[in-house]
Amino acid sequence: MKVLVAVKRVIDAYVKVRVKSDGSGVETQNVKMSMNPFCEIAVEEAVRLKEAGVATEIVAVSCGPQQSQETIRTALAMGADRGILVQSDEALEPLAIAKILKAVVDKEQPELVLLGKQAVDNDFGQTGQMLSALLGWSQATYASKIQKADGELTVTREIDGGLETIKVKLPAIVTADLRLNEPRYASLPNIMKAKKKPIDTMSPADLGVDAAPRLSVVKVTEPPARQAGVKVGSVAELVDKLKNEAKVI
Amino acid sequence: MAGERQDHREIRDAVAKLCAGFPGEYWRALDERRAYPTEFVEALTEGGWLAALVPEDYGGAGLPLSAAAAILEEIQRQGCNGAACHAQMYVMGTILRHGSEAQKQAYLPDIASGALRLQAFGVTEPSSGTDTTALRTTARREGDRYLVNGQKIWTSRAEHSDLMLLLARTTPRDQVAKKTDGLSTFIVDMRKVLGKGLTIRPIRTMMNHNSCEVFFEDMEVPAANLVGEEGKGFRYILSGMNAERILIAAECIGDAKWFIEKATGYAKERVVFGRPIGQNQGIQFPIAKAYASMRAAELMVQEALRLYEAGENPGAEANMAKMLAADASFEAANACIQTHGGFGFAEEYDVERKFRETRLYQVAPISTNLILSYLAEHVLGLPRSY
Repeated sequence: MKVLVAVKRVIDAYVKVRVKSDGSGVETQNVKMSMNPFCEIAVEEAVRLKEAGVATEIVAVSCGPQQSQETIRTALAMGADRGILVQSDEALEPLAIAKILKAVVDKEQPELVLLGKQAVDNDFGQTGQMLSALLGWSQATYASKIQKADGELTVTREIDGGLETIKVKLPAIVTADLRLNEPRYASLPNIMKAKKKPIDTMSPADLGVDAAPRLSVVKVTEPPARQAGVKVGSVAELVDKLKNEAKVI
Repeated sequence: MAGERQDHREIRDAVAKLCAGFPGEYWRALDERRAYPTEFVEALTEGGWLAALVPEDYGGAGLPLSAAAAILEEIQRQGCNGAACHAQMYVMGTILRHGSEAQKQAYLPDIASGALRLQAFGVTEPSSGTDTTALRTTARREGDRYLVNGQKIWTSRAEHSDLMLLLARTTPRDQVAKKTDGLSTFIVDMRKVLGKGLTIRPIRTMMNHNSCEVFFEDMEVPAANLVGEEGKGFRYILSGMNAERILIAAECIGDAKWFIEKATGYAKERVVFGRPIGQNQGIQFPIAKAYASMRAAELMVQEALRLYEAGENPGAEANMAKMLAADASFEAANACIQTHGGFGFAEEYDVERKFRETRLYQVAPISTNLILSYLAEHVLGLPRSY
């Protein structure tokens, strides 16, 4: 089974994000960038499927600027076999990425596409679902466990209040949730091998995709600063404040 | 951090990720028990990090020295301590450069995989520290073996190494033309002789470093374990010193970055008299000064690496890099502990632990005075002072 994994370059999850002074977005200049953590989980799952003899080839795809190549290299160092960079310096929205991925799927003909459930930069959480709709493939989102049987996958999903187990026919789209696995560290020999693995570069236009934005960002602001709390002298005072000031009891 | 070195970015990122699994609590718990960071060293070994310098033909990554420097710098920078295993990276260099093909085949692949640990280096003795050629440990040939007698001290990690690279006198000092002659280098398989001529005794020190005294009493070493030619061992040992100094300098740069980040973070958030303490020049200037010192030292490390990788002799630069980087890390350590005030002495801030650890590099693997003597004599042409 050939597996396609989508990976996104985002601001490192441990970096404190700063809003640009003109409110048009967040500062990305000189900020550490990394692979989106949920994409890492998707790559790890693909590599585990390959190690288990279920997947035969893993292709890592990223849509974004030239530097997204580094993100693809990270996936290659984790165990993906080759990479595809669909290069665009424009900000790509989920629908544009889904269309690009559909074009890549048409070319590559994988049986399974693994994605993160969302990217931690914009938190859209839409790409997997849109891709599934565009392809007319089955989808299993928020996966915390994936097992393959004949021509289908059994996927455990994390939903409000519990776990749901569903069966989906292949080919399918699966988006990874936090508890699907714990991604490995790339080892030094694998980082070295990754440098020799091929990465194809193309543009959205090469794939016949119109990636023009359809959304416009009105304003980006910092979340409100946390207000100082108060110290209460006694339980009675606390109860009084909860009842009469906060009105929560 | 501004002005961050960008070379070997992917290596630094991957090492940083690995180190994230070994936070301050891990090191504090080890410190309390004076225990060896076995899990940390295993993780580095499994990731192939300690085999960076072993050529690909022998199972390593065959990377240049700058990659090893990046690995060690990043380990220190993340608050971990590479001293527990850094020697596994470079001690093998002596076998690589001067050993026979049979020795390389026998040892290097297992050193690369981590199956064999070669991270003990028996040179220093109680009565001869820097005056290496005065060492008293002898190796006497008897048939197809050598019998070793004597003692070594400050042999780091001896209890956590399978092999030891040993320097011993094979011809008495009064029978050689030059005092640097008559010394030989051996590969000692400590697993075979422990308790049979080899005794290891750990020394408790101010930091958790597994420093040991090592005693030899008619310890047998097969003649096949002699590295290169008998009597030329001192040169073989010297040839690895530049790499060692440059790598330790890189570790000091990593330490300095850790201290500067830690100090800056605390200075921004600690509020006294209604404002962050970092707003006071008395607090921010020492940190800024430490940053400038670190950057200057980092440039010297880069220069030493450049010369080393170009195949030139970076003796002066490696020494200066080590001295400047050790000074920079200690300056940063001092600024960091001062910024933290009383909290700097509390174990849970990790500052005091790193402070103790980085202090070592004023002394090891070579003390600052000897570097100054070297520069005075060999670079400036002044009379030898000792």
